Amino acid sequence: MTIIETKRLSYTYPGASKPSISDVSIRVEKGEFVLITGPSGCGKTTLCRCFNGLIPHFYQGELKGEITVANMDVTTHQTYEMAKHVGLVFQNPENQLFALSIEKDVAFGLENLGIDREEMRRRVNWALELTDIFSLRERSPHEVSGGQQQRVAIASVLAMQPEIIVLDEPTSFLDPLSAAKIFDVIYDLKKKLGVTVVLVEHRLDLTAKYADHIVIMDEGKVCFDGDTRTVLSTEETRLLGVGIPKATLLFQLLKKEGVNLSNVTPLSSEELVTLLQGVLKSA
Amino acid sequence: MIEVEDAHFSYSNRVEALKGVSLTIKDGEFVSIMGQNGAGKTTLIKHFNGLLKPSQGIVRIDGVDTRKTSIATLARNIGFVFQNPDHQLFSETVEEEIAFALKNFGFETEVIEKRIDWALNLLGLTQYRKTSPFLLSGGERKRVALASVLAWDPKALILDEPTIGQDYQQKEKLRQFIVQMQTQGKTIVIVTHDVEFVAECNSRVLLMKEGIIIADGESREILTDPEVLAQSSIVLPQIAQIFARLSSLGLPKDVIDVYEAKKIILEALEKRRE
Amino acid sequence: MSVFDGLKFRRVYSPIHNLDPRVKFFYVIVIFVAAILFSEILPLIGLFLLQIPFVLLARVQKQWLRSLRGAAFLASFIFAVNIATKFFTAGYMLTAIDVEFSAAMTLRFVVLVESFSVFFLTTSPDHLGLALEQTRIPYEFAFAFTTAVRFVPVLAEEAQTIMDAQKARGLEMEKGNFLKRIRNYVPVLIPLIVSAIRRSLELAEAMESRAWGASKKRTNLYALKLGRGDLALLAITICILAFSIYVRLYFVVPNLSQFF
Repeated sequence: MTIIETKRLSYTYPGASKPSISDVSIRVEKGEFVLITGPSGCGKTTLCRCFNGLIPHFYQGELKGEITVANMDVTTHQTYEMAKHVGLVFQNPENQLFALSIEKDVAFGLENLGIDREEMRRRVNWALELTDIFSLRERSPHEVSGGQQQRVAIASVLAMQPEIIVLDEPTSFLDPLSAAKIFDVIYDLKKKLGVTVVLVEHRLDLTAKYADHIVIMDEGKVCFDGDTRTVLSTEETRLLGVGIPKATLLFQLLKKEGVNLSNVTPLSSEELVTLLQGVLKSA
Repeated sequence: MIEVEDAHFSYSNRVEALKGVSLTIKDGEFVSIMGQNGAGKTTLIKHFNGLLKPSQGIVRIDGVDTRKTSIATLARNIGFVFQNPDHQLFSETVEEEIAFALKNFGFETEVIEKRIDWALNLLGLTQYRKTSPFLLSGGERKRVALASVLAWDPKALILDEPTIGQDYQQKEKLRQFIVQMQTQGKTIVIVTHDVEFVAECNSRVLLMKEGIIIADGESREILTDPEVLAQSSIVLPQIAQIFARLSSLGLPKDVIDVYEAKKIILEALEKRRE
Repeated sequence: MSVFDGLKFRRVYSPIHNLDPRVKFFYVIVIFVAAILFSEILPLIGLFLLQIPFVLLARVQKQWLRSLRGAAFLASFIFAVNIATKFFTAGYMLTAIDVEFSAAMTLRFVVLVESFSVFFLTTSPDHLGLALEQTRIPYEFAFAFTTAVRFVPVLAEEAQTIMDAQKARGLEMEKGNFLKRIRNYVPVLIPLIVSAIRRSLELAEAMESRAWGASKKRTNLYALKLGRGDLALLAITICILAFSIYVRLYFVVPNLSQFF
């Protein structure tokens, strides 16, 4: 079942001379883990904002084409309606937490929706447990680390129980270890809850292995769209300037020298090690 | 150029950030300082231009004790590029932004003009000379901040987390730029989390943990040592991860470059065929 | 800055901290009204002494004394102005009553400042924000308040970073004449303001994405309920108000100098 569909979507920010995204047509199936990547300025952040209605409602500007998310036409539904179905987690952990205590922050969306206190309490605790921050619930957002702040952001989106969670470079400001933990949390959520995940990221070495579906953009257009392994096994992705995982790069380099280790492109060092062990032991 | 002898430093809330750090960085060296958040990396580099002074121990820049001189004097030789360029940009045009430090240091007008031209050219910003820095993209603003520091031609460049939020191409350009600066004789110190970046830079690596230096050496030895890296919560670079697992098959462990990796594997496969 | 110290919140939990801010605020208003009602020193001394058990119960003596010290400068100024006015208008003479009156005016000021100080010292921003949310004030204001408080430490850190960044470019904040020193703040203020604007934009995006404006009837995770302590304070406050009005209407308050 298709949960996000765009048809020839183009968007120009107010006052901009050219569109940030043009002619974007993609489909995301329910329960998928989609990775959207591409060089800086390629339009991935803009595309994210279209999924929950910030574009066009918050940003105004000119939106052309069609976009349907969770069976709703984004252009005719307000952002607060979309919020029940699509959660958006932003890049900067500090700037998406407003309350003086973490659990109040997680409850924010539910308070806005007018959910009654008992149900709210249940959902808040559930979200805090899922993201493993229950013990931090009475602390102030400023007291905790960046990685923990991002978990609060994820929990506060989860509490609204959306079908889709979109994350726009959520680990930009985090060190690799915290980043890896966040990706684990996200993948875990997808497995446990069946939620559709749309992740915008540069760090393919940490994320490619989780994604079923990858979309690579450049200068506002979609260049590649398909199964992660297939897309990343082509030369062109590397030439685009996308930081493919080093393991995949090594695999490609060996292939060029005539060493074809497998038909299945490895996306992580573990996968490549298995292939190399196979070929180095037996030969 | 930079000498640190048993430096200790505590913040006002009594957290001891440096617990006896000693190191020497010679002219023209390229050093990467790595470690977990809170290990003391940023605290340490702030001692290099006098923003912080040690409570115990000495920090000497070109032989001068940092406690006996002003930040402005130290800054003349140590160019510090902060993580977030938006913490520095405030002028109406890129040109004025670059001129700011030059004016502070007392350069003459004709020299300022020349330096601005040079810096704009170096960072590919000439077309933005009269543009407001606030209208530029994130990557362009980073370049403006860098240009404004290079303009006064400091002997050393210190970059705090220069790769945050950058895509692969931008990081590559930065790396090439750093190498270029180094060949011109500048001393370069970067603080970063990005192991892959440091692996490609092939610099000297200092690992910090809880206010002390736990390792100091060439990137190829440090970045391939899982125990030492684990102590500072750093993940091995992917290529090193691969070779760590293959070491039982007789392959070398200290590999961090992908092209070297390719060569070694091809050779190993050749040997196996014989 | 010591006056502000008296207004800062401290994370110490005492029975006073747990009282409903709305009741505490009502108490402060009543003290305010009572202080205005009397120009005589005796009742004002009484009102001042009334604060002390609260301060001791809340264990905020140190901060409170600090704010007293901060207010001392302004207080002595008020005293001096009052004395001077009486002196010059009464033909270069001062009576005991004049001195007493000036002291009373000064004490009135101190009582007002100190009661607010006790309020802020014993009320956490969260608690205050929560109280604001549960009054008839539109939610936007309570939200603006709590968000502002939440970001104060963030902005303070950012200001420090910006200053460091500009010092690293040769900016010397202490040098130069008065005018130059003011101009030296421009490279610090502009990035701070720009950053604050960018931050507000990001916050707004996050708010919209979490259904801001979805329902006119906003609910709340917490509920402020009046406890026994609150009702006790409420009773005490009403008594103070009633008593003050009664005394003011039916009695003549004696002057202290009468007894000497």
